[in-house]
Amino acid sequence: MQTHIVTDPLTLQFDALACQRDGRVLFAELNLVVEAGTCVELLGANGAGKSTLLRTLAGLHSQYQGNFVSPPGVYQGHRLGLDELLTPMENLAWFAGLESCSFEPSQALALAARLGILPLAHTPCGKLSAGQQRRVAMIRWILSPRKVWLLDEPLTALDIDAQRLLNEIIAEHCQSGGSVVCATHTDLSVAHKTILNLRPPLQQASSW
Amino acid sequence: MVGALLLREWKILLRARASIVNPLAFLLLSTLLFAIAAPQLVAEASQQASGILWVLVLFTQLLSLDAMFRRDYDSGTLEQSMIMADVPFVAVLIRIFVQWLGTGLVIVIATPVIGPLLGLSWAAVPGTMLALLLGTPALSLLGSIGAGITVGFSRGGIILALLVLPLFLPVLIFGTDIVNAAGAGLNYTAQAYWLALITLAALIVSPFAALAGLKISVEMQ
Amino acid sequence: MKLNQKLKEYWHKLGSPRWFYQITTNWVTFFGASALVLLVTGLVWALAFAPADYQQGNSFRIMYVHVPAAMVAQSLYIGMGVAGFIGLVWRMKLTDVAIGACLPLGMVLTALALFTGGVWGKPTWGSWWEWDGRTVSTLVLLFLYIGIYALREAIPDQNLRARASALVSLVGTVNIPIIKYSVEWWNTLHQSASFSLTEKPAMPVEMWLPLLIMVLGFYCFAGHQVLSRMRLEVLTRESSSRWVAELMQGRGMLANPAKASSTDHGKG
Repeated sequence: MQTHIVTDPLTLQFDALACQRDGRVLFAELNLVVEAGTCVELLGANGAGKSTLLRTLAGLHSQYQGNFVSPPGVYQGHRLGLDELLTPMENLAWFAGLESCSFEPSQALALAARLGILPLAHTPCGKLSAGQQRRVAMIRWILSPRKVWLLDEPLTALDIDAQRLLNEIIAEHCQSGGSVVCATHTDLSVAHKTILNLRPPLQQASSW
Repeated sequence: MVGALLLREWKILLRARASIVNPLAFLLLSTLLFAIAAPQLVAEASQQASGILWVLVLFTQLLSLDAMFRRDYDSGTLEQSMIMADVPFVAVLIRIFVQWLGTGLVIVIATPVIGPLLGLSWAAVPGTMLALLLGTPALSLLGSIGAGITVGFSRGGIILALLVLPLFLPVLIFGTDIVNAAGAGLNYTAQAYWLALITLAALIVSPFAALAGLKISVEMQ
Repeated sequence: MKLNQKLKEYWHKLGSPRWFYQITTNWVTFFGASALVLLVTGLVWALAFAPADYQQGNSFRIMYVHVPAAMVAQSLYIGMGVAGFIGLVWRMKLTDVAIGACLPLGMVLTALALFTGGVWGKPTWGSWWEWDGRTVSTLVLLFLYIGIYALREAIPDQNLRARASALVSLVGTVNIPIIKYSVEWWNTLHQSASFSLTEKPAMPVEMWLPLLIMVLGFYCFAGHQVLSRMRLEVLTRESSSRWVAELMQGRGMLANPAKASSTDHGKG
């Protein structure tokens, strides 16, 4: 087991980390240091524990063995986290308020334009398609000051255009010093990505 | 943060007014059922009005509790607020507060109408309103614990009722006592203090317990 | 200082399933034997030798079952609440085993208390059921139990079920004094004409001594039951570990001893 002294607060570190569900260990232990600016592509078969790992890093899942160090992250799960009665702009304002950040409508609108949903900026999210809602979520990630992105299969329901935009956004985020841990079945077209494969566990330890 | 949370709740309230209308409609509907099924019970200035009113208030609260966190749970905003919020505890408290506004406060305001329909004497109405004003926040707070734990269940309604109704009992007892005392022209200060104390204790304890329950529910996915 | 150290060690040992199993082996026998002795003595004394009540005749003897059942039922729930608190604060997994073990016995005893209360009431005051402070409190206790029971059925994940049960039993236990007080208040308002159970005339020694024995007997029985269930649950949960395999081997309970000793599934 390597001992790695972490000095950078934006580094993710996994130390013999293995998530558990109902007493079962889901995957073989992970030992990894994710430096700032890295994009980690999280691979594994269905049910391997990718979603559980991301939720653990986000703080939503508490059953695991080993240790991890993670700065606060932006989590994007299967559920989008958007209120369908509110417009994209209102949702984004709410997210900013949650983190007690100031909300710049102009910045949000610029991003909406880039992502091709500017005309929908003031339509309740319930009326948007799944792909359009996912684009709103992308704006949320960018606007948040948090440097770590924990994304669970973000390419779902995205058309070719949106997939390209997603890859661009991830690349830009990494270039500006943020990290991304992204579970995906489709390859990310990001230069310099780290592959993290979740393998089945070696042994089932008595965990309760 | 509080401002943003309240603003969102306000917008949701405006766009989905059913959350206020439904509890009121249910209360009125069940009043109607009583009037039809047992007219002698709801006769003018009856003794039973206090009990019937409070039980109906409890049931209305119960129905409305199921929805307290459900929308946010299903859409994913609940887990987002638990991750992103500076103080998730405050987010929970605000949700409970808004639920009370849509249920408890509405019931208090509707008392001058519903009360007499159930046979409450006019003399008792102010005291009843006070009792409901002091007691319904406790119902929302205590109920939020059950709502937090059961939001992940698909058929959580009955379990919610089982968990939460025993906790409602003290509010029911003191609440009906105040209404009876008000109707008889007696002093009800002591009971009012007890009810206020229960609400205060619920205010201190419930948000933590509700948050703990929500964390469990969120982990159930 | 040394005592403090020892207590801490003991506390930590209790949290380990294997140590718990070993420590409680003797306790179970002790509680079981005590329960047998106390209950037999108590029952014989209560039914045959205690004097008949001057008011109620012989029907009051059901009290010797009713009172202990009610007391133990309430103690078990409070025990669950304490276990829940310990589980939430110290994350001791055995506390969930404790809660699961107390639950069935507590429900049965509460139901027994309600039933025997009715049996007591019929010949004494003429009705199977009166709504007074005691019946309402016991009924509320039953619902508190049923709530946790339903909750545990609804959550398949063991870890989450443990946390939810701990939370609910803690909240319930904290509420018990408030509920009891408000039910007493309610009772004073709606005092029925019937004889109130709370105002007992001073009982002579010949009456309360067998009651004490019965109460102790019930507590020992509960201790025996709860510990036995906990031990069984510990064995079930740890069934794949070495110490359980060795234990079963030692008792000659394994079908294939050679196979068991070769599958080492981790720490004991």
